[in-house]
Amino acid sequence: MEKTGIKVINDESSAEAVAKLRAMDEAGNVTWDLVDVVAADAIRLCDEGLAMEIDHDEVLAKAPDGTPASKDFGDLIVSQCFIPQIVYSTTFGYRTDLVGDKKPTSVCAVFDTKTWPGKRSLEKRPINNMEWALICDGVAKDEVYDVLATPEGQERALKKLDTIKDDVIWWSAGADTPQLLADGEIVMGSTYNGRLFSVIEEQKQPVAMLWDAQVFDLDGWIVPAGLSPERKARVMDYLKFATDTQRLADQAKYISYGPARKSSAPLVGKHADLGIDMAPHMPTDPNNAKNTFLYNYEFWADYRDDIDAKFQAWLAK
Amino acid sequence: MSKSKQKPIVASQQQIAGSGAFFAGLFGFLFGMTQEMPLIGIAGGIVAGAIVAFLASKYIPTKRLAQLMSVILGGLLGYVQSQVTGAIVGAVFGWTFMWFVYWVATGEYRRRLPSYATPWQVIWHHSFVVLCWAIFLFLITPIIVVMPLSFNAENFFTFTPEMLNFDPAGYSLKHYQDFLTNSDWQSALKNSFLIAPVATLISVSLGTLAAIGLSQPFVPFRRAIMAILISPMIMPLIISAAGMYFFYSRVGLQGTYLGVVLAHAALGIPFVIITVTATLIGFDRSLTRAAASLGANPITTFFRVQMPLILPGVVSGGLFAFITSFDEVVVVLFVGSAGQKTLPWQMFTGLREQISPTILAVATILVALSILMLTTLELLRRRSEKLRGMTPAKSAVKQTAEWRMSVAGGKP
Amino acid sequence: MSETIGSGPVLAADGTPLKRSLQRSLRLQKLRALLLIAPLLAFILITFIAPIADMLFRSVENEIVSETLPQTVKLLDADGPSAPIVPGNETFSALYVDLYVAVKNKEHTRLGSRLNYEQTGVSSLFRKSGRRVRRLDVEIYKNQFLDVDPAWGEVTTWLTLMEDAKVHKALPQTMWAFSAWLDDVIEDGDKPEEEKLEDYIFVALYNDLSAVSDKAVSRDLINKTASAVGGFETVDFKSAFAKFDKDWHNEDVWKTLRVYSPPYTEGYFLNAVDLQKEFEGYSVRPENERIYGTLFMRTLFMSLIITGCAILLGYPIAWLMSNRPMREANLLMIMVLLPFWTSLLVRTSAWKVMLQQQGVINDTLVWLNIIDEAGRLVLINNQFGTIVAMTHILLPFMVLPLYSVMRTIPVSYTRAAKSLGATNWTAFWRVYFPLSVPGIGAGSILVFILSIGYYITPEIVGGTSGTFISNRIAYHISSSLNWGLAAALGSILLLVVLLLYWVYDRIVGIDNVKLGG
Repeated sequence: MEKTGIKVINDESSAEAVAKLRAMDEAGNVTWDLVDVVAADAIRLCDEGLAMEIDHDEVLAKAPDGTPASKDFGDLIVSQCFIPQIVYSTTFGYRTDLVGDKKPTSVCAVFDTKTWPGKRSLEKRPINNMEWALICDGVAKDEVYDVLATPEGQERALKKLDTIKDDVIWWSAGADTPQLLADGEIVMGSTYNGRLFSVIEEQKQPVAMLWDAQVFDLDGWIVPAGLSPERKARVMDYLKFATDTQRLADQAKYISYGPARKSSAPLVGKHADLGIDMAPHMPTDPNNAKNTFLYNYEFWADYRDDIDAKFQAWLAK
Repeated sequence: MSKSKQKPIVASQQQIAGSGAFFAGLFGFLFGMTQEMPLIGIAGGIVAGAIVAFLASKYIPTKRLAQLMSVILGGLLGYVQSQVTGAIVGAVFGWTFMWFVYWVATGEYRRRLPSYATPWQVIWHHSFVVLCWAIFLFLITPIIVVMPLSFNAENFFTFTPEMLNFDPAGYSLKHYQDFLTNSDWQSALKNSFLIAPVATLISVSLGTLAAIGLSQPFVPFRRAIMAILISPMIMPLIISAAGMYFFYSRVGLQGTYLGVVLAHAALGIPFVIITVTATLIGFDRSLTRAAASLGANPITTFFRVQMPLILPGVVSGGLFAFITSFDEVVVVLFVGSAGQKTLPWQMFTGLREQISPTILAVATILVALSILMLTTLELLRRRSEKLRGMTPAKSAVKQTAEWRMSVAGGKP
Repeated sequence: MSETIGSGPVLAADGTPLKRSLQRSLRLQKLRALLLIAPLLAFILITFIAPIADMLFRSVENEIVSETLPQTVKLLDADGPSAPIVPGNETFSALYVDLYVAVKNKEHTRLGSRLNYEQTGVSSLFRKSGRRVRRLDVEIYKNQFLDVDPAWGEVTTWLTLMEDAKVHKALPQTMWAFSAWLDDVIEDGDKPEEEKLEDYIFVALYNDLSAVSDKAVSRDLINKTASAVGGFETVDFKSAFAKFDKDWHNEDVWKTLRVYSPPYTEGYFLNAVDLQKEFEGYSVRPENERIYGTLFMRTLFMSLIITGCAILLGYPIAWLMSNRPMREANLLMIMVLLPFWTSLLVRTSAWKVMLQQQGVINDTLVWLNIIDEAGRLVLINNQFGTIVAMTHILLPFMVLPLYSVMRTIPVSYTRAAKSLGATNWTAFWRVYFPLSVPGIGAGSILVFILSIGYYITPEIVGGTSGTFISNRIAYHISSSLNWGLAAALGSILLLVVLLLYWVYDRIVGIDNVKLGG
């Protein structure tokens, strides 16, 4: 997480980085040069004035064909402080040997404990779960956030989640669901797609992906505000290198997360050790991305505190 | 095997057969459960137990021989049933079975009881002792369980069939190897050893000085001062951690090495205060007066007379402070930053994020360390008693109580 | 001590009266004792007590609103009780100046995040408005002032005005806006005289002058301009803000702003006990948002159960230990001390190994055919797991004080009771037990205090139903960043602990910890 840029994707420390950075800033002594965070945290850090705003075209390398960086990243630049690296998704995996003959095809299988009995795992936070609950309660996809903005809609989502509350194991670290799946403690569970990839392809467990209603999210860099000019220059140098088209494409050799640059997509090759084609495992592959969400950053920035309070109160009941 | 130890058999044959039937019946029930026929197990156990107990007490001359034979018999039967595991279980059962039979047969079981105790009182007494042992077992089992699992050859937190069969392939040192080679664990270990000694040094030097001050005969506001100095021990860690996090980030100590050291020093101080003041209570003031009257200045008196005498207290306080820092996770989690990741922090992350038996390997090493510490402390305590001229026989009770309560005030 | 016989006081060797000499030596002793204690006391005060005090301070501190929007807050404070909730154009105009400066300093989103804890949606309201405020065209103000007197365009004019205390008093908003601009320029390393004055300063000037136009300031420039502003063409800020976001005309937003404008607030404490501070007064949170009451009750309740379990398990073994010969007791003591000396995380991970569904206990039960494969018990990630693990971890804290008290109870007491005809039970209950109560008291309070503040063990084995209030405090520190609420929750917990600390002091004595009950 420090300047060498060890990539801890979806690590818990991302959430803690926000708090730590705020403490450092309060002390006026920021020791980090570059922080790897998820997009939602980048937005919060930007809001708190803890991350530096960046001119993407000036700082970042152009695509090989000369397209400026801001075009190449496109609307993945969700905050002026954020330099996206990868696109990942939160989606479901299920035990092929425990679900019976009928394989689940829709996210609503999670809520159908009659057809697919057994425990499920969901993340211990409202984000994503509320959306899935509403969809499976019959809300049209493009109305989900309108419904969720109302107290009745929130109530409705929690009520839907209530139907499976006794069957849910709540996770808070990305490694939990893969572990639970491998142990056979759950039949299906949500987690990051890259984690499922390693369970399926690297550990060869009887697990399959359920790409339906996967939620895209982004992971990338922010530069803390208030760096000295020398440090800033060094960081920018590194950023320019680390986020160019080839580097982003290379990341996909190790884990099935999509590169954030459009120009990187054709360069995605085979897995470094397994030698399998990575493209079909990307969340953005057309076969996988039939029904997708993009994490609604603005909505959750506003409603996070409110809905989280309700969600935690519901959990504690 | 000396003959003088051989106790005569005093119980009636019915009692002996009954005890054998009871014990073997219990075991038969458990064994029967695993085979899904508990009733047959009980019946078989009772019959076999009664017969064996009767025969043993009748025809085998010594207890030792009887135990040896039953161990072999149990081991053989066990091996036939389920190889090595069975042999071990069988042997252990054989040994305890014979021990129990002879315990009853020789009247040993009434040793602690007054001779007039009724049978019900005897049973009550022994069930109480069994209950106590069950509680001790509760205390100790989790730690015992961790140790073999750390030698697991698989990346699981559970016993594999190979392990249960004592198959060497089921065991390996790879988690220890992981601990010794993995850079995360190594840097955590290094951080722990960079932080704990310095924090200990601070708490011991300041704490000893203050303890000497506190044990002067006239100290204004003694109670209030003591309450403040002890407070880091009583305060829930989450409150200390939150307060320190907020305050240290205001003054620029959050996420720094110095910040963590200061925080840990503060947490260790109560232990130094308590142990050193406890030593000073037994300290004979006439010794310093004598030194002074012989012309020693206060500093010489302190280092040549007082210090050697209270040293055991200082060292055990230091050990407490060291362990506090070495084992502390909540405060460092908040006050520290990635650069100060200590061993407990790494373990915490490990437990929450990836479940790897490397944690158990670390745990085993730490348990070994704490046994070492425990021995050191016990030796120090004895030395302290000797130095202070107390006859252990006379004041051991009070001393143990004292020291133990200071333990009880103990580690949060 | 009787008084001296004969005339004059008793003298010490050096001729001073003995009484004074003794007093001086006593004072010297006291001073020496204090000097020895002082370094540590200072150390603890700085490294430990100050942080606690800081936490208490943070739980009420709320300066962010009045610091980020000083002019708006000033106007809001001046409003009478009958003023409309959504203020008029004048306040919106001040808000524009405030926001413009806040955006420049990148402070507006931070305030948005703060207020979003109280009113959903404020976060994006500020973020969105921040972008638009910069783009709003208010050049006409500057132009009109320059028309009145071109001197307004000169930075030097402003610098001289800055030095006049009366001007500061008459034109507070203007001076504040100008110094914000000045600071900014200086921070960038530029010369103020060479920079162009920004438009928002003139909005502030207009706001000030239109309010104080009747009060004369002894400066022609100001008097002249003040009489001219009446005829100025203005920007309708109220509807401009509505165009940024219609929420600016929402009463709820302004109620929140008004409620949270003072520099100190009890709001965090109210939140921490499931109340909320609203414009109309205090109210109970809606039922689906109440959580802290539940959590506090659960923390106390589970700590009680854990304390109870510790007494139940600790009493028999402490008794056994104190009734066995020393050598045997020492051996038993090691079994108590070994887990006590083992790292907390080791013990917690051990319980994870024991209790999980594929764990040792479940495996044993399956092996004994008491349960089948599918019926494995859920022993972890719930209250049961937390209670078992924490009882185990805290049991030594109960056993040790109990043991030290029981050691001192003479065996002859119960024997005497029995010889007088008491049954075993009566002898125990009427004689032995009352004597052991101090040990139970000391142990219970210790266990209870420690358990209500536990964080690590509930976090790892507690799941959702076994978590404590401390887990929520940690969540607010590191995840939701609502540090004020975390501090308030911590302060309440602190209060409970101090109360128990006091009780402990009564029972055991703080300066007496070592003497064993």
